[in-house]
Amino acid sequence: MPRDTDVAAPALDVAGLSHAFGARNVLRDVGFSVRPGDFCVLLGLNGAGKTTLFALATRLFHARAGVIRVFGHDIARDSSAALARMGVVFQQPTLDLDLTVAQNMDYHAALHGMRPRLGRERAAVELERAGMLGRAGDRARLLSGGQRRRVELARALLHSPGLLLLDEPTAGLDIESRRGLLAHVRMLCTERGLGVLWATHLIDEADENARVIVLHKGVVLADGAVAEVVEASGERDLRGAFDRLVRDVEAPA
Amino acid sequence: MTPGQYGRCLNGVVKREALRWLRQRGRFVSALVRPLVWLAIFAAGFHFVLGVSIIPPYETYVPYEVYIAPGLLAMIQLFNGMQSSLSMVYDREMGSMKTLMVSPLPRWFLLTSKLLAGVAVSVVQAYIFLAIAWFWEIDPPLLGYLSVFPALVLSGLMLGALGLVLSSFIKQLENFAGVMNFVIFPMFFASSGLYPLWRVKESSLTLWWICQINPFTSATELIRFALYEKFDAASAAILLGYLAIFMALAIIGYDPGRGLIARRAAAE
Repeated sequence: MPRDTDVAAPALDVAGLSHAFGARNVLRDVGFSVRPGDFCVLLGLNGAGKTTLFALATRLFHARAGVIRVFGHDIARDSSAALARMGVVFQQPTLDLDLTVAQNMDYHAALHGMRPRLGRERAAVELERAGMLGRAGDRARLLSGGQRRRVELARALLHSPGLLLLDEPTAGLDIESRRGLLAHVRMLCTERGLGVLWATHLIDEADENARVIVLHKGVVLADGAVAEVVEASGERDLRGAFDRLVRDVEAPA
Repeated sequence: MTPGQYGRCLNGVVKREALRWLRQRGRFVSALVRPLVWLAIFAAGFHFVLGVSIIPPYETYVPYEVYIAPGLLAMIQLFNGMQSSLSMVYDREMGSMKTLMVSPLPRWFLLTSKLLAGVAVSVVQAYIFLAIAWFWEIDPPLLGYLSVFPALVLSGLMLGALGLVLSSFIKQLENFAGVMNFVIFPMFFASSGLYPLWRVKESSLTLWWICQINPFTSATELIRFALYEKFDAASAAILLGYLAIFMALAIIGYDPGRGLIARRAAAE
């Protein structure tokens, strides 16, 4: 794949993105970008528009206005190139529970047109990293919630994408699994220079080294390093900053 | 995307469908038991009530069991099409439809792959049924087993495409009873599957017209003729027409720009 034009481009670039379901505006003029190596937390309450943003970024449907580019490739016009460079972990579990872990990985490799041998090699590498190689022959149904998530993460990385999108990946996980998953993704970010967009409503998933984008009712209220966002708000921590940002918008002008 | 990538993707989708089918024993067994119940009980009961006169492609009087066998083959495929359509709805709610949709291959190709995978499963089921039906003296000529293959593929494609269309329009995970009542039973009963249409014409001309344009009738007749090494060109043409319409509708239904999925997302 020709990558020379991709190098300078951000992993994910969202500009002027608006979407509405009927008369209800879900996203209004949303813009931000994620560079390779960025760990970026998209923070918002339920209903903030995170899942719609993910649906648009993964081309489940087109936005009413605005552009989404993945390494410079427009998701609407050049979707094949954009999707090939993107790995996704959806909010809902997406493993086929009747199939084994290895069969799930094979299926994903096939969907990306990978040769079976290459697919199996890559699957072994990614499952190993996720600590799940020993369970490759087990049916997905036998795995715990945390283990399924790790397999989904390994699967999302199978085709070596440069951008990783995760929509509330820790939903339903216990504290231990949550911490493990977060640490694993942060490591991928630093080691492989992966651009990561991690959507969540859990404020503590954005630590002081992360970048945070606060999305509320379809509008970006803040975008920057956690420390900067906290400082700009005049509060002591991110929770305080988030509450203030939301309160300022909600308060009648 | 290279042709090799297309081929590997198609192969992967078909393989997954086959694996799921083998794993879900209940689906496998019920797909075979259902037509056998019709054959063993319904047809046996009507054996003496309904006399079937000599109509093409048959050259002699045939027992009622022989008459309804092609309709039961089409029913296997109809059930299969609906089941895979429901599994699409179910898949989407479970999210694995999304896994399919984020593949970098074009969406029309992904839908076609999904359709072909369903057809492969339904053709295998049809042959298993034919093997068992042999014990009920449904024994078409040996070459008929070969000539019925393209007919099963074409009818499977059409019924599978109908399933795809329904899956893109059905709003939520609906129970199978709804599909049975509003799709499967009306299609099956208003067709030539259970009774020759000249009998229907005698009782109601309107119903006869409904039966005539019912794609299930064409599927049944194409299979019936093919099983006796004959080609029913009119039915084949109707099936192709319906296939084109259903496939076009399915591609529109899943098009990211047309917003049918978006509208569904709005309703969630």
